[in-house]
Amino acid sequence: MNNLKIENESRRDFLKAGAGLTLALYFPVVSGTAEAADKAGAVAKFEPNAFVRIGSDNTVTVIAKHLEMGQGTYTGLSTLIADELDAAWAQIRVEGAPADARRYNNLNWGPMQGTGGSSAIANSFEQMRHAGATARAMLVAAAAKRWRVAAETIGVRQGVLTDAQGHRATFGELAADAAKLSVPDSVTLKSPRDFVYIGKQVPRKDSRAKVDGTAIYTQDIQLANMLVAVVAHAPRFGATLKSFDAAHARKVKGVVDVVAIPTGVAVLARNFWAANKGRDALDVVWDESAAFRMSSSEILQMYRELLDKPGAVARSEGQGAAALGGAAKQLSADYSFPYLAHAAMEPLDCVVRLGAKSCEIWNGEQSQTVDQSNVAKVVGLAPEQVKITMLYAGGSFGRRANPHSDYVVEAAQIAKAIHGRAPIKLVWTREDDMRAGYYRPAYVHRLAAALDASGNPVAWTHRIVGQSILVGTPLEGGMVKNGVDQTSVEGATNLPYAIPNLHVDLHSPTLAVPVQWWRAVGSTHTGFSTEAFIDELAHAANKDPVQFRRTLLAGQPRHLAALNLAADKAGWGAALAPGKAGEKRGRGIAVHESFNTVVAEVAEVTVKPDGSYHVDRVVCAVDCGIAVNPDVICAQMEGGIGFGLGAALYGEITLKDGRIEQSNFNDYPLLRINEMPQVEVHIVPSASKPSGVGEPGVPPIAPAVANALFAATGQRLRNLPLRLA
Amino acid sequence: MVTLDVNGTRHRMDIDPDTPLLWVLRDELRLTGTKYGCGIASCGACTVHVDGVPMRACVTPVSAVAGKRITTVEGLRTKAAKAVQSAWEKLDVVQCGYCQSGQIMAAVALLASNPRPTDAEIDFAMSGNLCRCATYLRIRAAIHEAARALV
Repeated sequence: MNNLKIENESRRDFLKAGAGLTLALYFPVVSGTAEAADKAGAVAKFEPNAFVRIGSDNTVTVIAKHLEMGQGTYTGLSTLIADELDAAWAQIRVEGAPADARRYNNLNWGPMQGTGGSSAIANSFEQMRHAGATARAMLVAAAAKRWRVAAETIGVRQGVLTDAQGHRATFGELAADAAKLSVPDSVTLKSPRDFVYIGKQVPRKDSRAKVDGTAIYTQDIQLANMLVAVVAHAPRFGATLKSFDAAHARKVKGVVDVVAIPTGVAVLARNFWAANKGRDALDVVWDESAAFRMSSSEILQMYRELLDKPGAVARSEGQGAAALGGAAKQLSADYSFPYLAHAAMEPLDCVVRLGAKSCEIWNGEQSQTVDQSNVAKVVGLAPEQVKITMLYAGGSFGRRANPHSDYVVEAAQIAKAIHGRAPIKLVWTREDDMRAGYYRPAYVHRLAAALDASGNPVAWTHRIVGQSILVGTPLEGGMVKNGVDQTSVEGATNLPYAIPNLHVDLHSPTLAVPVQWWRAVGSTHTGFSTEAFIDELAHAANKDPVQFRRTLLAGQPRHLAALNLAADKAGWGAALAPGKAGEKRGRGIAVHESFNTVVAEVAEVTVKPDGSYHVDRVVCAVDCGIAVNPDVICAQMEGGIGFGLGAALYGEITLKDGRIEQSNFNDYPLLRINEMPQVEVHIVPSASKPSGVGEPGVPPIAPAVANALFAATGQRLRNLPLRLA
Repeated sequence: MVTLDVNGTRHRMDIDPDTPLLWVLRDELRLTGTKYGCGIASCGACTVHVDGVPMRACVTPVSAVAGKRITTVEGLRTKAAKAVQSAWEKLDVVQCGYCQSGQIMAAVALLASNPRPTDAEIDFAMSGNLCRCATYLRIRAAIHEAARALV
């Protein structure tokens, strides 16, 4: 934070517009990209981009650099600014930031703007507080000057400045004066005991608009003369367009154009329904000679064969695998995980208006810098000429941060194919969203361990087989090292348990199935296999699953605290209330760290005589550092549990002869309200810097349920989704 | 020509009779609060009221609702509707928000027919409305909250 540079933007542009005080904060740009960033900055300086803007109408506008996709970041970023500013919560508005990596980069990612990895609050915690504190100091200075009193005698509370002599002014009344001042060299951030909003419940900033139907998503954008585009994609990955006949499609009332693009054939029409009918009427011939034709069973078989061969080493401690032999007891278990679809409620969509010197995009934008770069290449412009308006996303779960910018580039390709004659809105139907690619990869894992005569684990090996998400993407250089994609092994290489000999290795076979991160990324599978297998070890050692973990977590205070809190609140050790006649009940636990947040969950299940089961209750304990918005944290744990449970019960994308077998919610079921368990969330008190909560609630639920099903039935379920025999 | 009564306003429209109501609302009348989620009546994001009854606009041909009273989230005016929306805000139900217009339309219709629903009755009435963010616990709690407020 020492190199933080704050500029008073209002002195340049905003005073003229009567906008009051606008502050921009700059951070030093990582070398090597400084030139590009400066270029971007030169273009961007005429835009109203900063983090906080105080209007003469007494509104405080927070300019959010992160995408609001449900995780609550508009509320979180506002909380940080409002607290240091001592604003009234009701006067805060939120606006999405434009694409400009120089100002709005994710501080955890260097010179890149984007939202992901549960990093929004973690990277913004000090930055947004600085923005708020600086604005406050300037308002105080303006008041001191106007009232001719010492700044130290002025207090600020709920958006009002007062002093002992009875002076009083609102932010709005001081904004124009404050805008004329220079930015103070340094400000002092509040001590946590003085927090007004951080750690307390505040209403979400996006509730009202999402309740009355006025919230605008990409799907809702209407521009003058805009055409809606629907694309016929190839039926198999790797197939290419051979020929098409658009005669029937063009006869559909409302269809305006039909164009070939690299990913298929786009039908453009005055509205969605005409475009969709036009696509139905299209005759397309695909060249499938190089198409991918494997089935899921063949992929899993190929993966299982790789389990017998050593992979690229991701971590090795002590004697590694060599330590397995000679111990009193040895165990081994294989796990399998299917491909998963993100299936956000808003199917993928993107609006593009292409001009001679600019390409404007409206999108639930999760990855500005990558998308600017990828689109710029397609349309022949510089990245800073790609302007992005970030809208609410109707969910994403990682899908809208595609390293290839797949659907954003597809929209740009369509705009290019019609030479920018009209703005276009690309709409993927639900079927396109499910079939046109980008899935959580399928994986198989093999875990093996050795226990000594006292039942203590002395060796642990973990082999993972599955496609790399990052190889072949612009992010490969930073996140794939020595043949190991960090997103394939995270959650396995940082196993928290004290086991002296440890070995983790990886195979990353190359297949044509497009893959991508999915909420909680590597931990969606490593969290399951490690927590299911540790449960198997506890059982083999004839120890209680919580007590067994406690012993191995003695050096991990955060894991231990979350584990203990969840177990205590769940009444671990006390007998579960019995079910109805013929029903079996069980309780299971899992603890897992992802994105620097530790979550423990205890699941209670009831198994019916027909083998179906219901998860009744989940007790969750989370350590995410300082709890900025406790209610948002609870909501993210509830939601993460529901999201992860849906995958545990049903989630499975399968291929047959290269075709995706699922198409919509009828054959890719999601969790419904009647399947949602009661959830209790307990937050571990902490004074550490905050970490994220959007993803970490997901990984522990599936293993907690599998462990509960074992407790109820004696069956170990090692293949997802979790189906009892 | 089709005549539609949407939120109390009559529209005479030159539109193919097989066009789903959803796309007429969204693309022609620009009432974008009603959302497209699946197109097969499987997620409930497009729920509207037709003569007070919840229906899936994505599979309802516009010809089937000609002359009937259509209400979308933008047209909610009743006391029960306001109670539902207030409860949703009070409990901060929403996350991504994309399904919530449909959830609210379903909840308002439920309370109109059953002013004090039990958990099981809520689950039965609301199980056709998917929420990928899994805000279900708060949806259930907000319906109870609205029911209490209406007493």
